[in-house]
Amino acid sequence: MRAIVTVAGKDHVGIIAGICIALSENGVNVLDINQTVMQEFLTMNMLVDTSTSTVSFADISAALEKAGRELAVSVRIQREDIFEAMHRI
Amino acid sequence: MLNQHEIKETLHMIDREHLDIRTITMGVSLRSCAHPDPKTAAQKMYDKICTSAEHLVPVGEEIEREMGIPIVNKRISVTPMAIAAEASETEDYTIFAQAMDRAAKTCGVNFIGGFSALVQKGFTVGDRRLIASIPEALATTDFVCSSVNIGSTRAGINMDAVRLMGQTVKATAERTKDNGGLGCAKLVVFANAVEDNPFMAGAFHGVGEPECVINVGVSGPGVVYHALQDVKGQPFDVVAETVKKTAFKITRMGQLIAQEASARLKVPFGIVDLSLAPTPAQGDSVARILEAMGLEVCGTHGTTAALALLNDAVKKGGVMASGHVGGLSGAFIPVSEDEGMIAAALRGTLTLDKLEAMTCVCSVGLDMIAVPGTTGADTIAAIIADEAAIGMINNKTTAVRIIPAPGKKVGDMVEMGGLLGSAPVMPVHEESAAAFIARGGRIPAPLNSLKN
Repeated sequence: MRAIVTVAGKDHVGIIAGICIALSENGVNVLDINQTVMQEFLTMNMLVDTSTSTVSFADISAALEKAGRELAVSVRIQREDIFEAMHRI
Repeated sequence: MLNQHEIKETLHMIDREHLDIRTITMGVSLRSCAHPDPKTAAQKMYDKICTSAEHLVPVGEEIEREMGIPIVNKRISVTPMAIAAEASETEDYTIFAQAMDRAAKTCGVNFIGGFSALVQKGFTVGDRRLIASIPEALATTDFVCSSVNIGSTRAGINMDAVRLMGQTVKATAERTKDNGGLGCAKLVVFANAVEDNPFMAGAFHGVGEPECVINVGVSGPGVVYHALQDVKGQPFDVVAETVKKTAFKITRMGQLIAQEASARLKVPFGIVDLSLAPTPAQGDSVARILEAMGLEVCGTHGTTAALALLNDAVKKGGVMASGHVGGLSGAFIPVSEDEGMIAAALRGTLTLDKLEAMTCVCSVGLDMIAVPGTTGADTIAAIIADEAAIGMINNKTTAVRIIPAPGKKVGDMVEMGGLLGSAPVMPVHEESAAAFIARGGRIPAPLNSLKN
């Protein structure tokens, strides 16, 4: 299952690393990353594949939220379908 | 990959503009539960609802988590109880409402609809018993919703039923007076009721429906409102186009969730109801959309035209986004559940007469309106008759959900709590319609050609 991870918050060292560690610990593969930093604020979207993961979607979501709290950024993961449904015919 | 702007737009709609899936409603047929012994029938109903909807709430929550979009309500609708209970040998149908209520609590849903009767042409024994049981049923249950269809374009209007429902609304208000007449917020009187409506309080599982079905209601007045902020001062062509595009996006969410829920629950997908359903929250109001089109206050001259455009554009945009569109689909105008409508009513700009005109072009009818506690049953029946006439002639669903709030007078507020919101008590005409309502009989079905 493909999903979109969105990260937003004040930029500092180690955000991508921290998120990627949380993903790799749960067996989630990163397919694409897109990020912008505007005046210290980082927004990052990642396309990931959860089919290689052995844990549930809820567990991945919880792990990312925990990583987000530690990094002081907001993180969430949603299935790609919701964005595809809205923006692609 | 999706671009950043698209991802941001979707998240923005969810986070700041109150985009949500308003309800996943599972329709369950209770026709197999008929039994002469009312206790056995009630137990069969309870068991069937609980078995069918066992996974509804957990699956809804699972989808919510994976998609990252709130699914505000999970609900159940059942076969009109007057049909399901008719074989039971009892005068009082409250026992069946209580079985529905228990089942709703076991399943974890927040409303269950279908304590209903369809009497547009006349009453069966079960219909009469059900209507007589409504006040007690609504007073002794928490989550049960009731509806009665008293007219249709094909059958005309059953004026005996109209009179009876005027009395029933009053009796329900009286029976629930300790809660401000809350029972009336769970009682809808319809003309041209639809069989696959997922929204409460009017949902029931129609007789043409399958054994079990999933219907989804989407919402998103806030998203439409924000979209219109970007086209200020532009012609209506642009307004209509903007609403259509927004409705399309909202409905695609509904379609996705409906398919997902249907697959996981292994229950056929019925319809997506693409309604703009407001909530009392700031920024989730249909009235504010109408005002964004250029009206100073909702209810002033021009409101009906603005609502007509909105209602039509929502349907046009949504229809292509879903495989099956149904239910009530359009813009709801409940007063107590819409922050902008409450403000307009308090100001005196939005009146009952203007609301009646608006119901000619909105998706349903007079909804969640509080009137003084002294309003008589005849007056309420006459309001129902007017509304049913609009539905009958215009081939559309209309409804009346009105609260004659016990002990309240014009200007007071009635607090319903939660999604039901709070309603300012609105004035009604003092002049009597008693002799009109006393006639009874039926208003014949209308001609469907020579339309002027």
